[in-house]
Amino acid sequence: MSSIKKFCYLNRKAPYGTVYAWEALEVVLIGAAFDQDCSVVFTDDGVYQLLKGQDTADLGIKNFSPTYSALGDYDIRKIYVEKESLEERGLSVDDLQHLVWEDEDEDYAEKDSIMVVTKDELAQVLDEQDVVLSF
Amino acid sequence: MPILHTVNKSAYERNTLESCVSKALKGSAVLLLEDGVYSAVKGGAKAGIIESAMGDVSFYILGPDVKARGLDEGKLINGVKVVDYNGFVELTVSNDKVASWL
Amino acid sequence: MKFAIQVNEGPYTHEASVTALNFVKAVLKAGHEVFRVFFYHDGVNNGTRYTSPPRDDINIADSWSELAKTHNLDLVVCVAAAQRRGIVDQGEQERNGKDGNNIADGFRISGLGQLIEAGIEADRSVVFGD
Repeated sequence: MSSIKKFCYLNRKAPYGTVYAWEALEVVLIGAAFDQDCSVVFTDDGVYQLLKGQDTADLGIKNFSPTYSALGDYDIRKIYVEKESLEERGLSVDDLQHLVWEDEDEDYAEKDSIMVVTKDELAQVLDEQDVVLSF
Repeated sequence: MPILHTVNKSAYERNTLESCVSKALKGSAVLLLEDGVYSAVKGGAKAGIIESAMGDVSFYILGPDVKARGLDEGKLINGVKVVDYNGFVELTVSNDKVASWL
Repeated sequence: MKFAIQVNEGPYTHEASVTALNFVKAVLKAGHEVFRVFFYHDGVNNGTRYTSPPRDDINIADSWSELAKTHNLDLVVCVAAAQRRGIVDQGEQERNGKDGNNIADGFRISGLGQLIEAGIEADRSVVFGD
């Protein structure tokens, strides 16, 4: 019998300029079906992936940003965003999508999935993982 | 649970090494490979990233990548340990997990 | 120990595939097991049998096929990434109405679940990319 592992998906890249952000999200969604303990980390330019208001119409490419809001439905509750990465880019959590999950143990109360953490806290988060997948 | 971090880009090209080191806990290891090896040349403007962390974090560098790029091992920051691919494998075994900073 | 390997880049453009090849060889030489090598993003491009690099250069795609054959490795190309980039096996050719296929020996096309399974089953997961 396999025990549950802590999977961490490490995102450091901005969306659209390269495919990594979108294809990483696809892994997270598939991974959610395996009942592991999943965390998704956004650091460095990865924080740009969560910016609200993305509109790709004039580029003619797919806007995949709405998919982040589905993470809660897939029971992905731990989304870590690095504070220093936000601040050095002139951003705050208010610039990001409001991502939630529903706690079935509390009458499906909506809870925030995004946790803004310092680099030191993020170091601890990474230390607790079993598997780190990067894109 | 010590992590082996890997960094494959030069600190002169990207902030990967800086970002990695800022999240590397005491007792962890960082392996420089591919273009990451350039960061370990002594006297470079970015050498401080490694030098300031060296007390807490162990730095390794992949010898075949150093040699491929014509870098002299004698010109690397003191304390950065050169390993070959066997050493790379050993590092993945002796640490609990690998975090590749891409 | 059992290793799960993820390769994010294709042959030649990035060093990742060669680094991964060399790493896998060293893992096997040290007596460990490679549970699976999963090719994602442009890594799927390692799985074509149609490369013809110059004779004085290494043939990265063939090197993976040979390694798979010698050591009975499980090389998996992600189906979604492969569909985007045109790496096709017989099944995909028929399913998607293509006039041919190009998958290299030793590779098989399958879903992202294979990557997650590899992470669950292996003792160590190592990612090679850009």
